[in-house]
Amino acid sequence: MEIRPILASLRKHRIPTVLIVLEIALTCAVLCNAVFMIGQRVSAIRLPNAIDEHSLSTVGLSGTDEKTAGSDIPRNLAALRGIPGVQAAGAVSTLPLSHNNWGWSFGTSPDVSVFNKKTVNFSLFFLGEGADKALGLRLLEGRFFNADDYADSSFGSAPLPETHVTLVTHSIAERMWPGQSALGKTYYTTSHYYTVVGVIADVLRPNIDGQGEASNYFSAFYPMSAEGSKGNLRRYVLRSAPGDRDRVMRAAEQKLIELNPNGVTKSAIYSDMRDQYFADMRSMAWMLVLVCVVMLAVTAFGIVGLTSFWVGQRRQQIGIRRAVGASRGHIMQYFQTENFLLSGAGVVLGVAMAYGINLYLMQHYEITRMPWYYLPVSAVALWGLGQLAVLGPALRAANVPPVVATRSA
Amino acid sequence: MFGYYLDLALRSLARNKVLTTLMVVALALGIGATITTLAVLRLLSGDPLPQKSAQLFYPQMDPYPANQPFSRSGKMPWLLSYVDAMNLLRARRAQRQAAVALSQVKVMPQTADGNPFYADGVMTTADFFPMFDAPFQYGAGWSAGDDDARAQVAVIAGFLNDQLFGGADSVGHMIRIEGHDFRIVGVLRPWAPQPRFYALHLGGHSYGKGQGVFVPLQSARADGITPSAMMSYGPGSGMDHLETSPAIWLGVWLELPDAAAVSTYRRFLANYAQQQVALGRFQKSRTAMPALMEWLRGEHVVPDDARLQAGLAFGFLLICVVNTVGLLLAKCLRRSREIGVRRALGASRAAIFVQFMVEAAIVGMVGGVLGLVFAELGLWGIRHQPAQYAGLAHLDLSMFLFTFVVALAASLIAGLLPAWRACAVAPAPQLKAA
Repeated sequence: MEIRPILASLRKHRIPTVLIVLEIALTCAVLCNAVFMIGQRVSAIRLPNAIDEHSLSTVGLSGTDEKTAGSDIPRNLAALRGIPGVQAAGAVSTLPLSHNNWGWSFGTSPDVSVFNKKTVNFSLFFLGEGADKALGLRLLEGRFFNADDYADSSFGSAPLPETHVTLVTHSIAERMWPGQSALGKTYYTTSHYYTVVGVIADVLRPNIDGQGEASNYFSAFYPMSAEGSKGNLRRYVLRSAPGDRDRVMRAAEQKLIELNPNGVTKSAIYSDMRDQYFADMRSMAWMLVLVCVVMLAVTAFGIVGLTSFWVGQRRQQIGIRRAVGASRGHIMQYFQTENFLLSGAGVVLGVAMAYGINLYLMQHYEITRMPWYYLPVSAVALWGLGQLAVLGPALRAANVPPVVATRSA
Repeated sequence: MFGYYLDLALRSLARNKVLTTLMVVALALGIGATITTLAVLRLLSGDPLPQKSAQLFYPQMDPYPANQPFSRSGKMPWLLSYVDAMNLLRARRAQRQAAVALSQVKVMPQTADGNPFYADGVMTTADFFPMFDAPFQYGAGWSAGDDDARAQVAVIAGFLNDQLFGGADSVGHMIRIEGHDFRIVGVLRPWAPQPRFYALHLGGHSYGKGQGVFVPLQSARADGITPSAMMSYGPGSGMDHLETSPAIWLGVWLELPDAAAVSTYRRFLANYAQQQVALGRFQKSRTAMPALMEWLRGEHVVPDDARLQAGLAFGFLLICVVNTVGLLLAKCLRRSREIGVRRALGASRAAIFVQFMVEAAIVGMVGGVLGLVFAELGLWGIRHQPAQYAGLAHLDLSMFLFTFVVALAASLIAGLLPAWRACAVAPAPQLKAA
């Protein structure tokens, strides 16, 4: 296909050419960034979480007397375990993605205050006896807490547990002691220290920042006795078959209200809780998808409109070309190649703009650098869209009969 | 003359129905998206207390040790310790001053069959209500004397009064909060500043329904009510002795009527911090005292997503305008012959220009009306979203007018180029070709 005549004709229609290139460039720039943002949200929504998400339901119980927790919690748990269908039950302080975060910074040396730049912020989870099994934590190395660990742990006046054992996630182990086994290692804060007895698969924190980084998994677990819990073991976790969750949750809530008339309960199925956490993100992603679709449609119709106009304007020239021997295929090819060139120019400009917008967003928002492959993918998508949009007008052009050449315009 | 242009424009638009529809719908979508996101953005970044915000200030100081800074990027700590907050309050150097902390509190209805429930609570001091112009339905706030005496008094929100007392005047009644009886002294009218500036970093929501229960800070603390947010900056802090702990958990607000009072207070605050350094309580003497709006902007209270959506919508509108320019241009160049005839019959360039601008303006007006429909649809969609501010999304009169200004501006800008090209058409070649 000869390109020169196309270029010559585009040069004669400078303004429409510039407009169509500009429209494609803008669409490409916005599309790249929007698709990137959609991708980020989708990957956050799908972050793995090493607890038994699909078997868990939970009932929060607050407003009860902290002084009698030592006998109340075992009594409540015994009642919950008696509900038909409950496979395991335990009391915990918080759950992944529950928004209820207790954070503290730790370092690997006893002299943490001096090396404060090296401290890492963890989310603290307190487990009552049996909660590890109820949650379905997956042990990678070492052991879970034993009965002595639970019995020895309590809260004093400090906002940290009085115990010396801890479970950490794989991500914490990698961050604190890269390339080594974390088992038996100790981490410190100014007043407390904890020794790792087990490493578990990655569990999400109560709050995550949605950037898909390892820090989303900086969760540390501590044993906690019922009597020493000072009102911090407020959430009961129940494990059952997925089909039983709803019934088990209602029965558990009813039972806890009966046993604790002063308490206030709040129940949820864990997978609903997770959906709730990501609800904002999900609606933003759908909005972005909607804008992208509408934007592509507008651009496609714009291309159809302008090309149709061009075809209409050139009916006579097309007729002459047909009369002197050009096939229908040649005419189609002409418009397709023309569109290919226009899209190409638009896409090149658009990719540059997309990159610029990403740099700007990185400076002003919590957005990371766009991976390079978004650019060629968007470029190819727009190229395809252009070809699709031009198909109709090109077909109409190909159907112009040669006899048009003999008529005056 | 204008009527004639109008007639011409309508005829021309009617001739190419598909093209016209395309232009109008594209423009309307762009305008609808822009107005929807701008309405949300305006709602989120609005002034919570327009009549007062310029006089309200948020003092900050830094009790953190030099080797354990509050933030690695040098931000001032968000909150104050009890000792510092009380020192500022007792100094009474501002016209009004109040300390604020939030808490989830258990409320026990006094009726026999009522179940206990949790309400969002505010622990604060007497000046809170007059300083923030909180409107009372019944009664009034408590006095500074009540604060000092640790009186068991409470102010409740209208919605809680409806729930507990069926909306009747409940002043003098008792309410059981966290196992302690409080006497109700005031009931607020519906009051929920958006964004909730005084709740920032205290563990509450920035948007949506306001808090239900307001109790004096010291009385609440004496009853063992703990704040929702607390950050420790040294060893030995604990929830049971927050008053003496090295921990920040209170926000302080000041009302300063004029610039002189502001600069006097800034000096007082700087002196106070230097004194604390001299006493060995602080290691850093830096202070800050942003005004309300400055504080909200600095803390990025508006969610990033809302701003990104607005940016995206503008990009989309730009694409729609470019699209409209292209289509209008195509349309008007197609009518070169008609223009040639009109010019030959004596129409001036200006007349042709006006004729095409009228056509563009019609597209803009129709696009604007349709855009308004899309915006209402978009806002309806946002009201059904899970975000905390969702319920507030609406279009007010100024946004309504703004829609038309945007629509008209967008279409006139889109019409400029085609109109200019149209009036540049030389009549002779067009007539000859015919």
